[in-house]
Amino acid sequence: MSVLVYTENWNGKFKKLSFELASYASELAEMAGIEPVAVSIGKVEQDELMKLAGYGIKKIISVEGENLDKFDTRTYSRLISDQAKNESATIIVLADNNRGKALAPRISVRLQAAVASGVTGLPEQTEPFRIKKRAFSGNAFATLELKTVVKILTLTQNSFDLREKSVEASIEKQTAENYDTGPGPEIQDVQIQTGKLLLADAEIVVSGGRGMKSADNWGPILELAQLLNGATACSRPVSDEGWRPHEEHTGQTGKVIAPNLYIAIGISGATQHLAGISGSKYIVAINNDKDAPIFDAAQYGIVGDAAKVLPKLVEALKVAGNS
Amino acid sequence: MNILVCISHVPDTTTKIKFTDNNTRLDVSGIQWVINPWDELSLTRALELKDDASCGINTVSVAHVGPVSAEPTIRKALAIGADNAYRVDTEPLDAYQVAAQLAQIVKAGAFDIILCGIESSDYNGSNVGGMLAEFLDLPSVSGISKLEIKEGKVHITREIDGGKEMLISPTPFVGIVQKGIAKEPRIAAMRGIMMARKKPIQLVDAVQTEPLSETLEFEPPKPRPACKFVDPDQPGKLIELLQNEAKVI
Ligand SMILES: Cc1cc2nc3c(=O)[nH]c(=O)nc-3n(C[C@H](O)[C@H](O)[C@H](O)COP(=O)(O)OP(=O)(O)OC[C@H]3O[C@@H](n4cnc5c(N)ncnc54)[C@H](O)[C@@H]3O)c2cc1C
Repeated sequence: MSVLVYTENWNGKFKKLSFELASYASELAEMAGIEPVAVSIGKVEQDELMKLAGYGIKKIISVEGENLDKFDTRTYSRLISDQAKNESATIIVLADNNRGKALAPRISVRLQAAVASGVTGLPEQTEPFRIKKRAFSGNAFATLELKTVVKILTLTQNSFDLREKSVEASIEKQTAENYDTGPGPEIQDVQIQTGKLLLADAEIVVSGGRGMKSADNWGPILELAQLLNGATACSRPVSDEGWRPHEEHTGQTGKVIAPNLYIAIGISGATQHLAGISGSKYIVAINNDKDAPIFDAAQYGIVGDAAKVLPKLVEALKVAGNS
Repeated sequence: MNILVCISHVPDTTTKIKFTDNNTRLDVSGIQWVINPWDELSLTRALELKDDASCGINTVSVAHVGPVSAEPTIRKALAIGADNAYRVDTEPLDAYQVAAQLAQIVKAGAFDIILCGIESSDYNGSNVGGMLAEFLDLPSVSGISKLEIKEGKVHITREIDGGKEMLISPTPFVGIVQKGIAKEPRIAAMRGIMMARKKPIQLVDAVQTEPLSETLEFEPPKPRPACKFVDPDQPGKLIELLQNEAKVI
């Protein structure tokens, strides 16, 4: 029996999320007394694959195939389901990102496997299988019991610490054939911004709300994010106004993120906003209203006018960085 | 073409969430129920497409799996402009059961575009749309932020890491929708509310299914420690705290 984890790659490279998944799967396998196995889909070089062994993965299956370059939910879910069967997987782990969210439910129906999505930690117990997940958009946690032989978990990005543990690993190369699922959605065009730190990947996020007053005032937020090696985000009204792009909108109807540090500037802290950021390890709030609800969610706060505080904060950070 | 929008019925997003029966059930007292925000946007987009004669949409239907208590929410969808509604009369215990019930509605109808929200704001499962597609063995596209019909073809934009992908999908297909699909949810006008009273809500008998999972209990998130305030004239103090106390920078 095994824990099978789908370690996604980006143009043949893994990223921190892939290693979070590997760490989670190997720890879970240890807990359940079974073997951790990783499946990689698409072309990934040998030494890149071997990196997974640094996080406790003992068997790495690398599947390549002509029609695997484009992501088709039917093809990918069939492939992962078949791998799970071959490896007698009792637990399948995916990322709680666009792909994982698209695949988990399809695999669930194929394998009659219960799903817990958006988990942030290991199960409380594996027999019976009980695990906590986010519910009511961050306003609660639910304990689920997964009642089927095979279980599927999707792991929230940046919620599980990397666990370096080097093991001997074998790599099994496979070529996928017979995965023609008939006519599907055809990609016409792709627009990707390269070189930009993605919000979901960022450990530090600097975010601005309506209190920033106008798009012209974003300079210090961008500077702060750059100095901290972080990404920028915003509240919904800010993206609705077009002050910032839609990809930056966090909250109930936007992105749900869990960075180590979230700095909320001129954001009131409406429940719908908190729904997207309550998983952050630390929240800092800068707001001129000392009664703003964001201060109830924050560990550190500054009550003051963002226009005055931000330049000073940027200066202080530069000084701290130079010393 | 015909569109089916699957709608979930959830507490208003400003609701203070409380639990009862030893934290095993949501305390529904005083809750305002609404159409799940993404489903409301999907419905809005479906109606916009129908309004544009060049898209060739004949009907927009909505479907809900749940007990009679959800009928006001379904009526609201009809008031906003849906032509008709289906309700499967059962109390589902997990997403698998919801999807299994929706699948029978899709099989019995003639829908070309089936829309689901990316998640329901109560259980945050993100599962119904994908499960439905697999039950029906249909293609699905997730993370849809734009949906258009040009010369009879369905054009989709979906969000991917760091960008977007533009696709053309064959029909029928299941579209799993996120933010961006419509700007503001459409609001019911007086005339719509009057007309909705006469529109049919078709009751559908539930098929036999077993849930795959069970929600045992709920708990509120851990309270965060009280906020430490830093003098606005000395933001350097904040940097110090983040470096030495929180150790996050
Ligand atoms: C169904 C639904 C879904 C929603 N989803 C989301 C979502 O996903 N994400 C989201 O963010 N919102 C969402 N909202 C909107 C949400 O309810 C709030 O309206 C929104 O979060 C408020 O954004 P804000 O904090 O930027 O603006 P405001 O609430 O206007 O707050 C601005 C803050 O800035 C402060 N301020 C003003 N001037 C200054 C200054 N000079 N210096 C410092 N501080 C200043 C004010 O004190 C105030 O606290 C949703 C709403 C609904 C109904």
